[in-house]
Amino acid sequence: MLDALGILPQQLVFGLALGCVYGLIALGYTMVYGILLMINFAHGELFTIGAYVGWGVLVWLINAQLGGLHPLWVVPVLLLMAMTVSGVLGVTLERFAYRPLYTRGATRLGPLISAVGASIFLQNAIMLTQGARMKVYMTNLLFPRNWYVHIAGVRISALVMVMISVALSLMWLLNLLVQRTTLGRCMRAVAEDREVAAVMGVNVRQVISLTFLLGSALGGAAGVLVGLYYTQIDFFMGYSAGLKAFTAAVLGGIGNLRGAMLGGLVLGLIESLAVTFLNPAYRDVVAFVVLILVLVFRPTGLLGESVPQSNKV
Amino acid sequence: MLRLVDVVAGYGPIGVLHQISLEVKASEIVCLLGGNAAGKSTTLKAILGLVRPATGSIEFDGQRIDRLPTEEIVRRGIALVPESRRIFARMTVWENLAMGGYTRRANPMQEVTADLERVYTLFPRLRDRAHQHGGTLSGGEQQMLAIGRALMAKPRLLLLDEPSMGLAPVLVEQVFEIIQTINGQGTTVLVVEQNAAVALSIAHRAYVLQGGRMAMQGSAADLLKEDHVRRAYLGED
Repeated sequence: MLDALGILPQQLVFGLALGCVYGLIALGYTMVYGILLMINFAHGELFTIGAYVGWGVLVWLINAQLGGLHPLWVVPVLLLMAMTVSGVLGVTLERFAYRPLYTRGATRLGPLISAVGASIFLQNAIMLTQGARMKVYMTNLLFPRNWYVHIAGVRISALVMVMISVALSLMWLLNLLVQRTTLGRCMRAVAEDREVAAVMGVNVRQVISLTFLLGSALGGAAGVLVGLYYTQIDFFMGYSAGLKAFTAAVLGGIGNLRGAMLGGLVLGLIESLAVTFLNPAYRDVVAFVVLILVLVFRPTGLLGESVPQSNKV
Repeated sequence: MLRLVDVVAGYGPIGVLHQISLEVKASEIVCLLGGNAAGKSTTLKAILGLVRPATGSIEFDGQRIDRLPTEEIVRRGIALVPESRRIFARMTVWENLAMGGYTRRANPMQEVTADLERVYTLFPRLRDRAHQHGGTLSGGEQQMLAIGRALMAKPRLLLLDEPSMGLAPVLVEQVFEIIQTINGQGTTVLVVEQNAAVALSIAHRAYVLQGGRMAMQGSAADLLKEDHVRRAYLGED
């Protein structure tokens, strides 16, 4: 027990880093749910694809032998490429796999099943093109092992600091966009009442596309961060990460952006506590037990759902 | 200004409007009366492109609009005050008004600010509550907000869907006075109502819808004299 307490601060830092990533992925689920009332089950695969794009670019940069691969420019490049590819793919998915269903008056189940199909399709597409064996991120070329600081006896590596700051700044930017800009107002208006938003002159389809673009891009960014952190990626990584992030979104209150961020952090911290005080093998069990408890005692999540009654898909 | 000719529309296989024709001339207040499920709201939805007419045509300023996307119809100068208000409850009063002015985002800032000022002058309560969420307003205030939001688009034609619904009689009178004021400032008005007495008191002309067909039309004064209208909508024997 004393040992456990000793490593607790260290574990909490890991939990925080992991929680930030969960939160980043959770935002994609919650944004799509808020605007279309559907769970984009293929979101986990967009995260995987982000990780693969980041890996590909990193390998290319290393092979190009540009010399000084400083994370200060390499990480933004990886993020940008991954976010672009995942974002565009998310928009494509909405355009061809979901929109034809919901515009033709399919029930809410239609796009949902289509999303499950898209998820399986993408998983297999990645496996067929990239192989079933895992790929290795050469993180140590970017972040040497001796890059860390000690804060109050806790060792925090440069990589963890980058993860946390990237995730938090993306969340901050998204929040700014949604709360303070015209586009953000349009997104909230469409989420609340699609028909009235259209009557205000908003191009609803465009706003839905943009929502997918942003949510998927955040998922892609999370893929790069997870790749750098765990250094191993495979075609199946999006399944468990997606499930966890979806849990985080429900935990915080689905449809609620701040809820997704909070839910992610809480889930990451809970997992780190489980690893510290229980057997690490129980981390998933603990995460889902917490979800069940929240759903029993507070069914709308920690911050409350944010879903209108008027938008029926 | 607005002309519907033989419009047939509905939801899927269910027809709601059977060949209705209607005209609104510039600077008029026209009232569309009818009971529940007569097709009043569907008429407004058809004008805004939210329901597509199967046959017939809708013209605004002499141009067909019945195949245009909703946002383009709105941009041409038609705004709606929806049935039961439907303000954005999770957005502040100011944000609701900003959404109302969305079509004019390319216009100079001063112009839009001047319109905001105009709305605040018309409804001083909205200024006081500018930073409150729409959902926290009372029913009357929400109706003010819904009207203010539509005015922010600076429409030439204002559509109102049952503005009296759910309001206390004194508020109903106030709302209709405001509609008259707005009309006096040069906006053409098409108002859908079940409350015929108050609607006919401000309208120039009126139409009566029954079961998706145009049953009657005429000047408001004439319709007020009509026995049938008195029985059906004014609760007289």
